[in-house]
Amino acid sequence: MKTTISSELPKISRRKFLVSTAAAGGGLALGFSLPFGIGDAAAQSVAAASEINIWVVVQPDETCVIRIARAEMGQGTLTGLAQLVAEELECDWKKVKTEQITAGQNLARKRAWGDMSTSGSRGIRQSHDYVRRGGAAARMMLVQAAASEWNVPVGDLQVANGVITHAGSGRSTTYGKVANAAAKLTPPDLKSIKLKETKNWKIAGKPLRRLDTIDKLNGQKIYAIDLKMPGMLHATVKDCPVFGGKLASFDDSKVKGMAGVKSVMKVNDTTVAVVADTWWRAKKAMDALPIVWDEGPNAKVNSASIAEHLKSGLTGSDAFAQIDTGDAPKAIAAAAKKIEAVYSVPFTSHTPMEPMNCTVKLSPDKAEIWIPTQSLEASLAALSSASGQPLDKCEAYVMDLGGGFGRRIGNQDVVRQGVAIAKAFPGTPVKMVWTREEDQAHDFYRPIAQCRLFAGVDEKGNLAGLHLRVSGQSINAFANPAAIKDGKDIRQLQGLWPTLEGDAQIGYTHANLRTEYAMRNTHLPVGPWRGVNTNQNGIFMECFMDEVAKLANRDPLEFRRSLMSERPKHLGVLNAAAEKAGWGKPLPKGVYRGIAQFMGYGSYSAAVAEVSVSPKGEVKVHRCVFALDCGNVVNPDQTAAQIEGSVAYGMTTLHSEISVEKGRVVETNFDNFRVMKIAEMPKVEVVLPLTHDFWGGVGEPTICVVVPAILNAIHAATGKPVRSLPLSKQGLTLV
Amino acid sequence: MAQLNINGRTHNVEVEPDTPLLWAIREQVGLTGTKYGCGVAQCGACSVHLNGEVVRSCSIPVSSIKAGDRITTIEGLSRDSSHPVQKAWAAIDVPQCGYCQSGQIMAAAALLAKKPKPTDKDIDEAMTNICRCGTYHRIRAAVHMAAGNTKVGSADAAATDNTTV
Ligand code: FES
Ligand code: FES
Repeated sequence: MKTTISSELPKISRRKFLVSTAAAGGGLALGFSLPFGIGDAAAQSVAAASEINIWVVVQPDETCVIRIARAEMGQGTLTGLAQLVAEELECDWKKVKTEQITAGQNLARKRAWGDMSTSGSRGIRQSHDYVRRGGAAARMMLVQAAASEWNVPVGDLQVANGVITHAGSGRSTTYGKVANAAAKLTPPDLKSIKLKETKNWKIAGKPLRRLDTIDKLNGQKIYAIDLKMPGMLHATVKDCPVFGGKLASFDDSKVKGMAGVKSVMKVNDTTVAVVADTWWRAKKAMDALPIVWDEGPNAKVNSASIAEHLKSGLTGSDAFAQIDTGDAPKAIAAAAKKIEAVYSVPFTSHTPMEPMNCTVKLSPDKAEIWIPTQSLEASLAALSSASGQPLDKCEAYVMDLGGGFGRRIGNQDVVRQGVAIAKAFPGTPVKMVWTREEDQAHDFYRPIAQCRLFAGVDEKGNLAGLHLRVSGQSINAFANPAAIKDGKDIRQLQGLWPTLEGDAQIGYTHANLRTEYAMRNTHLPVGPWRGVNTNQNGIFMECFMDEVAKLANRDPLEFRRSLMSERPKHLGVLNAAAEKAGWGKPLPKGVYRGIAQFMGYGSYSAAVAEVSVSPKGEVKVHRCVFALDCGNVVNPDQTAAQIEGSVAYGMTTLHSEISVEKGRVVETNFDNFRVMKIAEMPKVEVVLPLTHDFWGGVGEPTICVVVPAILNAIHAATGKPVRSLPLSKQGLTLV
Repeated sequence: MAQLNINGRTHNVEVEPDTPLLWAIREQVGLTGTKYGCGVAQCGACSVHLNGEVVRSCSIPVSSIKAGDRITTIEGLSRDSSHPVQKAWAAIDVPQCGYCQSGQIMAAAALLAKKPKPTDKDIDEAMTNICRCGTYHRIRAAVHMAAGNTKVGSADAAATDNTTV
């Protein structure tokens, strides 16, 4: 007997799914459609819920459903945003549930929930104000409803944990009881609401447990890749391995008769798909499918030719200067001691653990997509343009992501493929899942870059001038050329910007300082990768800073401090990390320290790494200490988790690169793209020297100091600077 | 056609003999807690227990499963997320995206079954699963906690409520 899939549908419980994510009350009114085709009967149990406002729905059983408009990909935004709303709502945290809104709902309500995209570490820092106001407004309406019912002045009431009390009469009621009446009240003017001071927070700012952990421990969490729908078909794709090449032909006669295969189809000019009754059968047929590619001229490109191309940018006359204070080249030429160095950082891939996928269902009057996306509205727009259905006949449901890291933002390549395939099966949901190999070979890679740096120091060991030139690929040139003003793509100098505008300011000032960028593009697609260009620029600036300090015979920490008097926040984290790490104190024999500071995503980061290097070149990172000033923090434990994660994500670039041979990516799975594992993970310690006068990001900022701090420690240990990655290029391995 | 004993239940699945156990579990039996990450035995996302040993199900064809073999997936590790590993994972909020965590938990449970008091070195050797979110720091702490090397604290409460630290 064949086990039917539906009989095994998650014990999770349809009810739980219903209540916790999709239709918790308000959702019903908004016309949610549920991934599992859950019938109306199950939905009835929560139908009596009241939508107080767009952020808060209260159920009769006192459950407070907090709506979330940003994507959860592990970074904890869902819990953090709920904490902010709950803080102002004064509800019982134990009764909080969350639900993700859909792109169609946001559109239908004139984007009431604001920007849904989740990138640039903006999930909390750019929505904390309006979500808190939403929570406060809901509280005011709930309390007003009680005041009206009792006919007492609202000012006489007190509220805590979702219980409203009137001390004068001893009466009390609960949010669940007054929700219905509250929902009918006119909302207060949001702008005039006075929010709590952060020092009075009870829920926000506290290291609360995440709201979404349990289902991740027992197999019950449904990611997009896990979706099952009646009649669903499964697809996988292969895109031309050489970027810019095309699909010439394929011989479907070889695979058409294979078990379960429904279709072998051209998806677009570069891609072929196999559709089958299960994904495994689709994949097996794809592996057996003879495909001829028209690889085109890019098939001649390899890593060496790309390196030469970038090298030309280090000396070419086409660079522009962003910071040009004094006359750095002249000051360096006249300095007592000089140093010049060339650094290079390769491409790398995002490699989220959940491979790229989406499920698309195209009906005559509706187009739907279920997708792990960092930009649900971009996915909706891509669904509309690819399917031909107007926006109001499209719906996009975000499924919590199995990792994002920047891969699932603007590039809706997966949506276009998924829609093209589903067009051949009207009315049938088609789930397209990429293989890991496809994911590695068709990423939007972190740009490759080189940097040439010059510096001079005077007789006293003071910096005389510093001049750096970055040459590398531009993300904007690939993804958003309109963002390049007057041919100058300053985005590639992220973290070295002269002012706070853009949230990534250089931490040093000097009378003779010059920063330049020369654009050298390649045929590889590029995109934002956790931390984006602060990664490469952090390595260039911070590792070179150690080289200059050494030339000046000065301690790397003290030398940096001498250039940071005008940057108190950068200096604040540098000092905090140094202090926590015990900079200057003795270390076990053979262990050396390295330090780095950098700014990105509105936050200030510094790190100290402790490293030893064996005679065989085995690099062991023992301990990393971080200081992060993100202004205000919503969940310190999750902030620490993000910092820990940034260590692992950053350290993988010590192991691995994406290299190019015959125009295509060489590292196509974990056997040749070596990812950092637990054995290499150092101890991580975190200090948060918050200044409370701004809101900075958390998910990305610290990654840009991970690698430079470690490389500086290696330099201290071996006496030799590490100027190119991965470490294997220097005969070193991470252990 | 293959007969699979998964989490104490017998399933007859109609698949080609070379179908990896992973895909039989996910697509035929319908248990999706076991994940696909690489398909080449490198990442551990597909880890299950085969007669108590942790194996990478993406690289085991169903034809190699013998009658009487017992397979346990994450769904069958405990009835109510009460396995010491699951409790420790909850107590210190190990997961970020969570995608790798079924595999991590199955690997940790198998390690503890063999070595109830693992050292850091034991953990390094046994826990070779990939986590791109970088939860390694907490995985190590949670394995020690599950082993009773550190206090579990209010893991029970944390597992069911939105409890504070
Ligand atoms: S999917 Fe099996 S080890 Fe990666
Ligand atoms: S928690 Fe995301 S990959 Fe491990």
